[in-house]
Amino acid sequence: MNTVLGLLGGLFLIAGAAFLLFGGLGLVRMPDVFNRIQAGTKATTLGTLFSLAGAACLQPEWTLKLMLIGLFILFTNPISSQVLARAAHRSHAEKSALTAVDRLEDDQGA
Amino acid sequence: MISLFVSLLLFWLLLNGSLAGDVVMVGVAASLLLAFLFRDGLAIFAEWRPNTLATTVRYFFFFLKELVKANLNVAKIVLAPSLPLTPGFVKVRTRLKSRMGRLLLANSITLTPGTLTVDMDGEWLYIHWVSVDSAEIEAATAAIVTGFEEYLEVMYG
Repeated sequence: MNTVLGLLGGLFLIAGAAFLLFGGLGLVRMPDVFNRIQAGTKATTLGTLFSLAGAACLQPEWTLKLMLIGLFILFTNPISSQVLARAAHRSHAEKSALTAVDRLEDDQGA
Repeated sequence: MISLFVSLLLFWLLLNGSLAGDVVMVGVAASLLLAFLFRDGLAIFAEWRPNTLATTVRYFFFFLKELVKANLNVAKIVLAPSLPLTPGFVKVRTRLKSRMGRLLLANSITLTPGTLTVDMDGEWLYIHWVSVDSAEIEAATAAIVTGFEEYLEVMYG
């Protein structure tokens, strides 16, 4: 039983680390602040959740607290990203030349 | 106010992982005080309809599935040498009326494939999309909002 849990925990930790790596890669490769936030938010959320799940498998007595941490991350992570993106848009952060449409700017008449 | 008290106390007990008398007493006192102080303000769970628990659970699993898809999508874009992006800001509309429903919708959109909620104005949401399929309001709404909305409409209206 313990080896199964240990193996599962290890796999979760590897998956979490992989997604965090993709997120980091995204931060470097993406062309503008909005696309970077996209890569950053999604990858860190799932990467952290997987890491927490891995930790829960390795230390089962921590499970409840780790689940709480996960819940707080699920609620706070997207909110902080949204506020960052809105602030960036309001301060006219540079957009990638690839950007096809900007309905928000159209509507604000800015 | 009661639901705020209950959720605060629940968090407290989960964090402590103990049902010892003194722990519970401190938790009850603090939760009561906080629930009283924020009796008008923090209605986070107040708008949820408890008889929709089954939908809530299904929503959670649907959301987890979308979250994994979002990450595979990000990984695919980031790892591709050509960095295939057609980003843009699109406008979508939601049928949801409640504040909590809209908050959850905006958060869910942010955590799912290639979309990030940037701003919100009443029933309109402005979404940054890494691969714009359609800038039309109806098509974008169908692609981004509808999946979550079906669940949230039952849960919050």
